[in-house]
Amino acid sequence: MTLLRTPHVATVLICLAFFTLGATVLAEAGLVSTSFVKTLGKTLCLCLVAVAMDLVWGYTGILSLGHMAFFGIGGYAIGMWLMRARTEGIVAAQLDRAALPPTPAEIDQAAAVQIFGVVGSDEFPWMWAFSDMLWVQLLAVVAVPGLLALVFGWLAFRSRVTGVYLSILTQAGTLALSLWLFQNDSGLRGNNGLSGLQNIPGATEIPQSTLSLWFLWASAAALALTYLLAAWVVSDRFGSVLRAIRDDETRVRFLGYNVEAYKLAVFTGTAMLAGIAGALYYPQAGIVNPAEIAPIASIYLAVWVAIGGRGRLYGAILGAAAVSLLSSWFTGGGAPDINLGIYEILWTDWWLVLLGFGFVAVTLFAPEGIGGLFDRINRPKRVGDLGPDMGALRQEEARETSK
Amino acid sequence: MLRILFFLLVVLAAPLSAQSYGPLQTALQAEPDLVERASRRTVNDVLARLAYTESPNLQAFLEAWSDRRVVMRGADGLFFIAEKDGDTYVLTDIDTGATSQLPRDDAKELRPNAGVRRVIGTALIEFQLNDPRRDARIDALTALERAGSAKLLEPLRASMVDEPDTEVAAMKAALERRLTARFDPDPAARIAAIGDMSDSIAIEDRAALSRILSTDIKVVAGTPPDTDNVARVLTPGDDLPLAEAHALLVEAGLAKAPVTPEDRDAALIAAIEGATVAGVPVSSLNDESARWAAYGTLSGATRPETGWGTIPTSDFDDITIFERFDEPNRDVTDAAEAASWAVETRLALHQTADLGLDALSLASIYFLAAVGLAVTFGVMGVINMAHGEFIMIGAYTGYVVQTIIPDYTLSLIVALPLAFLIAGAAGVALERLVIRHLMHRPLETLLATFGISIALQQIAKNIFGTQARPLTSPDWLAGSWVISDAISISWIRVAIFLLALVFLTAIVLVLKRTRLGLEVRAVTQNPGMAASMGIDSGRIGMLTFGLGSGIAGVAGVAIGLYAQVTSEMGAGYIVQSFMTVVVGGVGSVIGTLAGAGLIGGMQKGIEWLNPSNTLAAQTYMILFVIAFIQFRPRGIVPQKGRFAK
Repeated sequence: MTLLRTPHVATVLICLAFFTLGATVLAEAGLVSTSFVKTLGKTLCLCLVAVAMDLVWGYTGILSLGHMAFFGIGGYAIGMWLMRARTEGIVAAQLDRAALPPTPAEIDQAAAVQIFGVVGSDEFPWMWAFSDMLWVQLLAVVAVPGLLALVFGWLAFRSRVTGVYLSILTQAGTLALSLWLFQNDSGLRGNNGLSGLQNIPGATEIPQSTLSLWFLWASAAALALTYLLAAWVVSDRFGSVLRAIRDDETRVRFLGYNVEAYKLAVFTGTAMLAGIAGALYYPQAGIVNPAEIAPIASIYLAVWVAIGGRGRLYGAILGAAAVSLLSSWFTGGGAPDINLGIYEILWTDWWLVLLGFGFVAVTLFAPEGIGGLFDRINRPKRVGDLGPDMGALRQEEARETSK
Repeated sequence: MLRILFFLLVVLAAPLSAQSYGPLQTALQAEPDLVERASRRTVNDVLARLAYTESPNLQAFLEAWSDRRVVMRGADGLFFIAEKDGDTYVLTDIDTGATSQLPRDDAKELRPNAGVRRVIGTALIEFQLNDPRRDARIDALTALERAGSAKLLEPLRASMVDEPDTEVAAMKAALERRLTARFDPDPAARIAAIGDMSDSIAIEDRAALSRILSTDIKVVAGTPPDTDNVARVLTPGDDLPLAEAHALLVEAGLAKAPVTPEDRDAALIAAIEGATVAGVPVSSLNDESARWAAYGTLSGATRPETGWGTIPTSDFDDITIFERFDEPNRDVTDAAEAASWAVETRLALHQTADLGLDALSLASIYFLAAVGLAVTFGVMGVINMAHGEFIMIGAYTGYVVQTIIPDYTLSLIVALPLAFLIAGAAGVALERLVIRHLMHRPLETLLATFGISIALQQIAKNIFGTQARPLTSPDWLAGSWVISDAISISWIRVAIFLLALVFLTAIVLVLKRTRLGLEVRAVTQNPGMAASMGIDSGRIGMLTFGLGSGIAGVAGVAIGLYAQVTSEMGAGYIVQSFMTVVVGGVGSVIGTLAGAGLIGGMQKGIEWLNPSNTLAAQTYMILFVIAFIQFRPRGIVPQKGRFAK
């Protein structure tokens, strides 16, 4: 495992391990609340999807504004099982008090009324056909985003849709999906979304404080594995081709590489990773609804990666963690308001303004993000093998378009 | 003839009665007995006498009479309209309207029977239809439209003869046609009237036709009897659900109701003894077939051939289920069906035209929102994600101007150029401060302008609040232009269409006829070459950005007039605008026009196919655009020139 000997990779994994252990110890000692542990676990999931975004944007140069949609789909896929299994448990317990023991059909019917009553329906829509089987829904967590990405990517890449066109198309697709989910007859409860996901069926006796730690560990493990996978992918020859595609797609094509296949593989693979991240995130958040899939979420994802530093896997993790935690600190009222005498700056109102302008400033003055600052302090040698986090170096995007 | 007779009677009777009475009282006092004990036969005389007075209070009196609110004062036998107030009556003089009090015991209530009241009602209609006031006649027609009965035909036809007002006369004629079609005793007259109605799409005519064609569902063994006017024969399972059809059979006593699961469960629950029912343990009944088996044992019934709880299709053998017209006359219903078909066809045409107008107005809004974007995208190759926020800035400019200048017309005249200037200035500032420094990094421009967009939205929210602000249009823009019963368009939309037309002309003229336009086109086609020819592409970029943003500001005012002004309104248009630009072809005004037309038309078309769901319409439209890009990646009007990739 030469990969583990690469300094960045080892550092990131060790930091992650310390972070998780530290959080566990603090939580067990009762120093941090369960909801904060959940916030940390959710942040790890966001870091995971940010790594996927970095692969697709920072390394391959495809600015996808739809990866949070895949994230949401992952959440919906697991949420369907969580909600159905839990509701059927509750309903079965209620029906057991009836004169006749309930038949499976009766339990299904009652559960359907429970779940879909809010949208005026009393039966499970077709897409819930297998929602009582955990393995099918687990498969759907990766299969549905993967398939969607495959079809969309195939259509887009083969007609050479690139650059801003592709970004806008992914955004339009995301908007279409969220609008569709907002309908009551989409089969996924319209704008109510799926709720009560923090209650894990079959684990009802386990307190949320313990469950939150389990999910923190699961998220950390998933992030570590994804990080290793991503690091391995971009360190190899495959990674070189990806960076080459980002820097000059046409030249790579002339060299005989099947550019479309590479792009499609990365687009689909990262969509699946986003699905997994979503499946881990939403049981901790407790609710998934169409607003989570709205285009703005995917834009924030791009903002995290840009602030953290594109083309560096640790940059994506850093950016996602820093911006999302800062965001909840500011919007949660944690930041002290500033009284200017004539006007009081309430951070709950002005945080987005700060974020927006701050982001413009980062794009203008520090295009390489936080990661770029690290590079300035510890300027790596430009010779020899490029590790997984050297993706931002030799970035020729500017030169490529200014011909 | 009758009237003249009574005229003479009244003239003769008048000197006999006291002179102090008003005209109505005089007429009533001519023969008070006939009023007090009115019968269906005699009441006409009284009515004729009353009609002769032509008193303006006649209607009120007749209404009161038929509502049983008229009393006779015991002391002098005079008639009054009375309101109960505890033990007393509040009397209203039928001529002067003067009020007085009277103990209830001193008054005798008039209690006209149902027959009399009907006669009074008809007379009332007649009076109303001939009322000298035009509005009253129109009100009467509206009331008759709702009441709709055979009795109304005669008074209506009579009143048509000397109707002075042509408009009211037309309304009367139309109502007469509808009533004739529905109630005339002569089928030939009805068919003729129905034929007349076939070239009208008025909603009243359509309602009348559908009333003639109303049906109910009937079930018979064998074939329908000849006396029934069959509309169509229904096939169970195809035309109506099997369960519903079977329920009809059961209701008609032609079949036995199948045992439903609810019946079965009720029977089983009733028969539970301890932990068993019908010999099996209750706990084993967690399965449909087990429950049916237990029910079979319990009830002693044999299992039906088709299985428990199912509907045997053999029940439908030799049974006809059909829709029967309530109208027995076949010729009339045939004529009505033909007329109805003609009306529906005509209506569909009109609705298509209306849809076309809707699509046109939507397209002009998209054009206004997108054209600025198309120009900047074409010239600079960057996408301005804050374009939607310039629309918002324009709309809020309109709102602020309106709070300062109370006159809506004047404020609109001020707001339009001001919105152009403010949004344009914001655009120039954005170009100078941000976009210029990100030249050649289109993806980063996209993200940076996103940052601007997020910040601007939040700033607007902080200043104006989350609540939607209205932008009121002046009175002359209120209401709609109604072309026919099915075609109408609000004046605001017409104004927006004209505004879009003005901007289209202006932009095309600037681009084709001015030095600036020439330079803009040169930079669009090949910036490097343009720069070599001495064109300052930086200046051109700034100017086009200002122009594009300014148009967005004007679009904001226009959009604000018919939709609400919120901080998020721009975000709603940004994706739509990009679709328009991408479909139309980047950098081409005509392309944008075509794109806006296509997208507006598509969206309205999908909404028409699925009217209940505008959200789904947007989803399908976006999917369509994604598919469209597959076939024409460069849009309807592709960019030409060497630099076009």
